[in-house]
Amino acid sequence: MAVTLDPSDKDSGSKDEKKKHGHKLSVPELIFGDLWEYDPAPETADPRIRSRYDLFIGGRFVAPQAGEYFASINPATEETVTEIAVASAADVDSAYVAAQMAYETVWRTMPGRERGKYVYRIARLLQDRAREFAVAESIDGGKPIKESRDFDVPMAAAHFFYHAGWADKLAYVAPGRTVQPIGVVGQVIPWNFPLLMLAWKIAPAIAAGNCVVIKPAETTSATAMKFAELLQEAGLPDGVVNIVTGGGETGAALTGHPAARKIAFTGSTDVGKLIMRQLAERGTRMTMELGGKAANVVFEDSPIDQAVEGVVHGIFFNQGHVCCAGSRLLVQESIAESFINKLQQRMETLRVGNPLDKNTDIGAINSREQLDRICELVESGVAEGAKLYQPSCALPSRGFFYRPTLFTEVTQSHRIAREEIFGPVLSILTFRTMDEAIEKANNTMYGLSAGVWTDKGSRILRMAAELKAGVVWANTFNKFDPASPFGGYKESGFGREGGRQGLLDYVDLS
Amino acid sequence: MFRRTSAWERSYITVVSKHSKVEDFGTVDRVGIEERVAKFTTRSIKKQSKLWGLNTAVSMVDLTTLEGKDTPGKVASLCQKARQPSDDSSIPPVAAICIYPSLIKEARKLLADSPIKIASVATAFPSGQSSLKVRLQEVKYAVNAGADEIDMVINRGLFLAGEYDAVQDEIAAVVEATGDATLKVILEVSELETYDNIRAASFMAMQVLRPGDFIKTSTGKASGSATLANTQVMLEAIRDFYLDTGIPIGMKPAGGIRTAKQALHYLVAVKETLGDAWLNSSRYRFGASSLLNDLLRQIHKEKSGAYQAPYYFSEAAGSY
Repeated sequence: MAVTLDPSDKDSGSKDEKKKHGHKLSVPELIFGDLWEYDPAPETADPRIRSRYDLFIGGRFVAPQAGEYFASINPATEETVTEIAVASAADVDSAYVAAQMAYETVWRTMPGRERGKYVYRIARLLQDRAREFAVAESIDGGKPIKESRDFDVPMAAAHFFYHAGWADKLAYVAPGRTVQPIGVVGQVIPWNFPLLMLAWKIAPAIAAGNCVVIKPAETTSATAMKFAELLQEAGLPDGVVNIVTGGGETGAALTGHPAARKIAFTGSTDVGKLIMRQLAERGTRMTMELGGKAANVVFEDSPIDQAVEGVVHGIFFNQGHVCCAGSRLLVQESIAESFINKLQQRMETLRVGNPLDKNTDIGAINSREQLDRICELVESGVAEGAKLYQPSCALPSRGFFYRPTLFTEVTQSHRIAREEIFGPVLSILTFRTMDEAIEKANNTMYGLSAGVWTDKGSRILRMAAELKAGVVWANTFNKFDPASPFGGYKESGFGREGGRQGLLDYVDLS
Repeated sequence: MFRRTSAWERSYITVVSKHSKVEDFGTVDRVGIEERVAKFTTRSIKKQSKLWGLNTAVSMVDLTTLEGKDTPGKVASLCQKARQPSDDSSIPPVAAICIYPSLIKEARKLLADSPIKIASVATAFPSGQSSLKVRLQEVKYAVNAGADEIDMVINRGLFLAGEYDAVQDEIAAVVEATGDATLKVILEVSELETYDNIRAASFMAMQVLRPGDFIKTSTGKASGSATLANTQVMLEAIRDFYLDTGIPIGMKPAGGIRTAKQALHYLVAVKETLGDAWLNSSRYRFGASSLLNDLLRQIHKEKSGAYQAPYYFSEAAGSY
């Protein structure tokens, strides 16, 4: 599984040259060289991934009726990790039958405090096996182990803990009203945070008394199937959670099933629209968490180094595969040049490579398809006249990797300023006044998140009020908490996840 | 407030005047900087890279004893420890010893033929609460006694009163008094309280320092001392100042760094903030006493695979 670094691939020529020619005598520069190389520090815990996974229906692993499987690969090595079942419409149907049965006979009538015990147990088991899940997540999806270890898995457990607490307090979600579960809900989740998105979906649904049929993304089903094993260990009643795997057809069968009382979808805006069309003639409830093109707005009085760090984290976290990624940097013209210099310096110390190495900052792009899309959009950026910058970091010779990338001289009408790239690519625009910043930040079809960097409190308050985004972070970015609702404006979707607001999307009020 | 707007104006940097404000030097977000340094502590330093880091840390130690009960005998012990930290001859000597002025002559005799520097605190260390004249006299006394390096304290009272130009003038006067000796300016960060103040004080000092002089976090005598976060604020100030002026200033965190693991975290911060040119004792020091033996213990463990009991390592500055 280890990635071999091919020294010939090391694109360090330009850096060496810089050193040799000794520019630093005239223009001072920092040397981020190889004086002190970190030795490889691979995480070695056994991910305990089986060689093949069936579907999880009615509390048991069952083979798909058509007997079809596909290979799930490690994007860092292009080696097969496991085989995943393809659920047909008939499989999806039996999952809904199992969910409906569990809802009618067990889950709906179980007192909240009893349901809560199961959810707490899931949270604790996830904590107990955190290391194993983190390794599995990195192998299957390509994200660096430090993120799966320090963010994805603990945050997934936190969502179960948080919602477990709600299970016996639902009467207080909407005081004065009667709160009932919806019934069976269908859920489809993306590949960027496989386990965390699963937790965001399943935890509120089952805590509120609903039963679930969920489909993980095609390229990242391994941790969902490991989670199914964990549900068996937790003794969750059969059928409360059913996990079906597969591609687009499976997804269409899931979202189109008549037994679904609600569909919760997280993914691309295009697919979200398809689902909305599919459900337009029915009364099925929906929540949609779709794309984004967040603006990170940096004013001249901001704490510069922390803003640089926030911008880097905002766009390169999880290789930029984040729907709320700060993919547009709006920086005030007076500091633009020095800020961009600082960004480039910071990027020199980013470590791209083996996702399982504890010192890796940027891991593998999730799939060949996504890598191609990133390449295509970057090419369009260059073709449309924007200026490209990439640091000289080495890339592994195998697997799907992409250098962290900056674009300067970007205008509002460039494709790279409008379309969601979903990769480690930052488009930089400048502004002069606050009104201009607001106008540019809001000039997008998306509205999921935004960031504001300034030392001035009143400016933060006005920006937060004017930016049309579901989340506005001030002097920080990519901060999440189970108690905080998350969701979008405009084509970034509707409905909220997390907090009391998120829970309301999983109950009927009367 | 003045801000740079382009590379052409880079040579121009904020200069302290009667009307300077702390924010003129840029602000620091507390939450952000503490998150940043927490990430340094998750770097996993193993095998050869660990050994390199530990040996380099040894070579950066300013082996320190600053107690009222210090004696010539103790300083002699310190000098011997500084020359040869352990039986393992592959381990480098430390960078310097750091003592009170009255003991310099003693140390000078013992380190006459050695590359190890003698650093002396001066300027009414640790409080700095004396007249400028007396403080400057102390600096001259230390230099005449043979100190290679002077560790001075800034006037925190004046700083907190907003008399920034006076603070800077005092530092400039000490620079002059040190002559050829290297100067380390102790900001006593815990008394400055905010990261904004630490950044501003760093710039005020650097503007009157010479290439190769240092800024330093703490005396080790106040309630708080070096942390990764306050050290990071100073590293970033050094970086910005260097890129603006081309003048490289050294960094010395002091106090509270007791374990080899901590030292590695500090070095990770240097590597990822200032780069390779600062990973040596002419630009980075640790002000510490008990750190040295933990470094030696960890080096021994890396080489042999087993930990030695603490009493296998001689105590020079610690507990007597």
